[in-house]
Amino acid sequence: MRRWIESLKELCRYPSAVAGLSLILFLIGLSIYTVITIPYSEALDKWRGGSQWQMNPINAGPVWLDRITGGNKPETLLIRSATSPKERVPFEGGYQQRSILEFDFYYDDFPSELNLFLTTKNSSRETFIQLSWITPSGAKFLLGNQRIGENERVSISQNRALESRLGLVPHIGLFAEKDEISGKAVVSKGRHQLVVDAILFGEQAELNADLAVYGRVHGFAGTDHQRRDLMLALLWGTPVALAFGLLAAVGTTVTTLIIAAAGVWFGGWIDAVIQRLTEVNMILPMLPILVMVGTLYSTSIWLMLGVVIALGIFSAGIKMYRAMLLPIRESPYIEAARAYGASNTRIIMRYMIPRILPVLIPTFVTLIPSFVFLEASLAVLGLGDPVLPTWGKVLNDAQTQSALYNGFYYWVVSPAILLMVTGLGFAMLGFALDRVFNPRLRAQ
Amino acid sequence: MTQDQSTLLEVEDLKLYYKTRRGVVRAVDGVTFDIRRNEALVILGESGCGKSSLAKALLRLLPRNIEQFAGQIRLGGVDLMALSDNRFRREVQWVRVSMVMQAAMNAMNPVMKVGEQVAEPLRIHLGWSKERAMQKAAESFKRVGVSTDFLDRYPFELSGGMRQRVVLAMALVTDPELVIMDEPTSALDVLTQASIMNVLKRLKKELGTSFILITHDVATSSEIADRVALMYAGQIVEFSDASEFFHHPAHPYSKLLMASVPRLRQSEPPEYIPGQPPNLLDLPLGCRFADRCPSRFEKCQKDPELFKLNARRRVKCWLHQGGEE
Amino acid sequence: MGVEGNEAQDINGARSTLLQARNLHTWFELRKWGFLRVGSVRAVDGVSFELARGESVAFVGESGCGKSTLARTLLGLNKPTSGDVVFEGKGISELNSLELHSYRANVGYVQQDPYGALAPFMDVKRLLSEPLIVHGVKSRSERLRRINKVLEEVRLTPTDEYLSKFPHMLSGGQQQRVVIARALILEPSMLIADEPVSMLDASVRVELLNLLKNIQRDRKLTLAFITHDLSTVRHFADRIFVMYAGRIVEQARVEEILDHPQHPYTKSLLAAIMDVNSDNALHERDIPVGEPPSLIDPPPGCRFHPRCPAAIKGLCEVEDPPDFEPRDNHLSKCWLHR
Repeated sequence: MRRWIESLKELCRYPSAVAGLSLILFLIGLSIYTVITIPYSEALDKWRGGSQWQMNPINAGPVWLDRITGGNKPETLLIRSATSPKERVPFEGGYQQRSILEFDFYYDDFPSELNLFLTTKNSSRETFIQLSWITPSGAKFLLGNQRIGENERVSISQNRALESRLGLVPHIGLFAEKDEISGKAVVSKGRHQLVVDAILFGEQAELNADLAVYGRVHGFAGTDHQRRDLMLALLWGTPVALAFGLLAAVGTTVTTLIIAAAGVWFGGWIDAVIQRLTEVNMILPMLPILVMVGTLYSTSIWLMLGVVIALGIFSAGIKMYRAMLLPIRESPYIEAARAYGASNTRIIMRYMIPRILPVLIPTFVTLIPSFVFLEASLAVLGLGDPVLPTWGKVLNDAQTQSALYNGFYYWVVSPAILLMVTGLGFAMLGFALDRVFNPRLRAQ
Repeated sequence: MTQDQSTLLEVEDLKLYYKTRRGVVRAVDGVTFDIRRNEALVILGESGCGKSSLAKALLRLLPRNIEQFAGQIRLGGVDLMALSDNRFRREVQWVRVSMVMQAAMNAMNPVMKVGEQVAEPLRIHLGWSKERAMQKAAESFKRVGVSTDFLDRYPFELSGGMRQRVVLAMALVTDPELVIMDEPTSALDVLTQASIMNVLKRLKKELGTSFILITHDVATSSEIADRVALMYAGQIVEFSDASEFFHHPAHPYSKLLMASVPRLRQSEPPEYIPGQPPNLLDLPLGCRFADRCPSRFEKCQKDPELFKLNARRRVKCWLHQGGEE
Repeated sequence: MGVEGNEAQDINGARSTLLQARNLHTWFELRKWGFLRVGSVRAVDGVSFELARGESVAFVGESGCGKSTLARTLLGLNKPTSGDVVFEGKGISELNSLELHSYRANVGYVQQDPYGALAPFMDVKRLLSEPLIVHGVKSRSERLRRINKVLEEVRLTPTDEYLSKFPHMLSGGQQQRVVIARALILEPSMLIADEPVSMLDASVRVELLNLLKNIQRDRKLTLAFITHDLSTVRHFADRIFVMYAGRIVEQARVEEILDHPQHPYTKSLLAAIMDVNSDNALHERDIPVGEPPSLIDPPPGCRFHPRCPAAIKGLCEVEDPPDFEPRDNHLSKCWLHR
């Protein structure tokens, strides 16, 4: 125990180790926080997308990014009829209701979308509604009228008739005014109102109308093309990446070590077979095989992990450990152990392997990020796990949606930065560990 | 043939201190001795007394963590400490003084033929052509008693004894005036040791080369020594002729050492010296042998000077103050 | 004349044989490409002797004479090619794995390199526990008791101080004491020590050899030394076996051999011993020319004949000499005694 503490103190003499360790601890902390606040099943459920995200804008950037550059892009506004002024005029068998959904809009950029969500309860017949829009300057636009069912989503943005009347797409047209100086369309700031006139049948009937004025920025990380908050994937990608990297690194290293030690100890044909297996396996290309497996079978992350470990066992590591273990086999203390009757297992596991463990630790640490990148690469190629939110999947989506072409840089940069941080953290720690455990590399 | 008996090497107050993370190691702490031409000096001492560091200091084969390297070294009148590293390497290293390091026979280049390795110092230090160097290498082989058939062999093809002779040939090939050898026979068998000693005796007689032999083995040292310098904890505690040292040792440590050597032809079992030498990081202030010495007294709390008993005998012990025996 | 002529006698003069080597051969096959036999290294080539309980013997010889292989064969680490080692009545090659395991507990091994013989990542307590664990001593307190007892025997006291030390914290002499402690901890009836002090400083050697001698006397152990240093043998062994090229060429009690050597090889070994004498520097020693022969497929005849100053032409290079007994209880493998 004392030796580990001494090694830790020795390690902290190197600033790169401290930096790397901090980054890793940050990532671990993030993972723990994520797993606690958003449980696994909930995360999977959310990542599937669907109506739970319907209040989010599509492809919105991060809020802070916009504000730092001095922008004033709109965030999503939700105006509920439940909290808005209403007027009721009853009639026989029902009543007329006028709800005025109003809001103040002082942003510099137009909303990205306009949707009206209507729910009707206890109505004996289909409710009839009429919508109109009043701009701050007092102009009134009739948006249309229709009958609605129990749950109805009216997409004002996709109202083609309105679009042709305005000359601009509705979520811009309804907010635009001509700037006198430049002649371009700018946001008309002030109070906007959506008037919902409804005819409800049934005295107990109720109507809820929620107006969503979608912004162009959302949250800390923005949203993707399915309106999903990217924070979910970024946060949940952390434990997935770390777990994959760690499991793969542990799985391959431990197994490789034991096999190499067994080969060295028993020698003869066992050693020869292991070496030949290794040589053949070293030639096999890992990525294409993973692509094959993913295409022909499934891309489940456990299957990928399994194949990665299986291919990684008989790797160059075996040759390296063998070279390190061969002189140990000739050590006098091993001979002494045979003389007092130690079993082969005991000699391999307790006398030979511990000799090279310190050298293994830096290798192991620097191996973890390479597996993280492997998993991300697979996802980018489209072979990621279909249900898990991972960084690679975000990159994959960004690529298929032509994020860079469309200017959604945050979509690409945020997972990339996280990958880089992971790589950097482990690499710095790993190389510092190398200097601690490999005395020849130490600075004098 | 009357041999030249003039002084070859004079060393005065040589100091070599290392810097380590745990402090300063005073490996060589004020060593003074001299050696004449055609003389064999044995530097005798236990492991950790600084004798290997002394050898390296004489040949300026220093590591990087030096705290102090001072003193006087004069070779045939030339002040060696005043020479720059470059000049030292060109004019002294292997030209006038060469060295056979500890376990040198295991440190030979495994991928180079032994003949070429022996010829290498001639090509590097004296700039000779390959043919001329190989000829001299063959001569050197003969001198140490290895057949010239072995010139084209690789080190692994030779036995331990032969490799040691080859390494000796490498040290002699430039006809140096002084050869320093660190534990030349420690890993070898009895017969091989004896034959290497025979070679050294013959070389001394025929070539007039001086030898400094560094060893911890008392028996080996008596095989070839003309003079003996006994080293303890970085200092020389006795420096005298061989016959005086082996038969009438003066310093208490020398006496105990002589009594601890197992002798084949005596019936009393050998005694051992209790205790351990001091740590070179943490040296006592007074006499460094005091806590193991059976004859210590109050004066020993101060570090004794090197007292002269006669023209060529010095002892670092308060018991011999004033030249008493 | 055979083994019977040199009866093993323990200190009390009564015969009580612990171990017998009967015409022991340990050969190593040299194979090309893993299976093609191209020759054999005859490391131990016809060795016979008897060891009595409580006696201390020395196997003396130079490198390449097979003494280390002999030690390993006696320890059960190498299987004899032919012949056998009979221990307390049973031949080693006939033992099943369980019996072999308990044989191993009966023979302790002290090696040459004290630092290499100790696993550098284990402290003294763990180093000494391992043999006990391997042989089924499950109770931790029992192990600790035995460890403390054996540490006191090798004079590493106070024992608590040493339990948590690692090998690199100990001096060479202390490391070797731990090795000896480990060899003793299973309460063996015999110790085999392969050059136990050759890698230690001259001043420490005597102390350690004395320790071994005392331990042997107190425990009534049979002690087999392997060494090339004849000068220590006189004070620490009862009998000597001189080995050359895989055979025992001379065997007798220590004083017998040192005062009346019979075999030419023994004589040259004694002549080469450097006893401390300042006159040594003045003359060269008389030693046989050449090197010990290779153990691979040796030629017929006496192994020493190419270097022997007294070789008889027509006899020594043709026929292998048997054991003669030129003096009482003193065997020598040389045609000069015919």
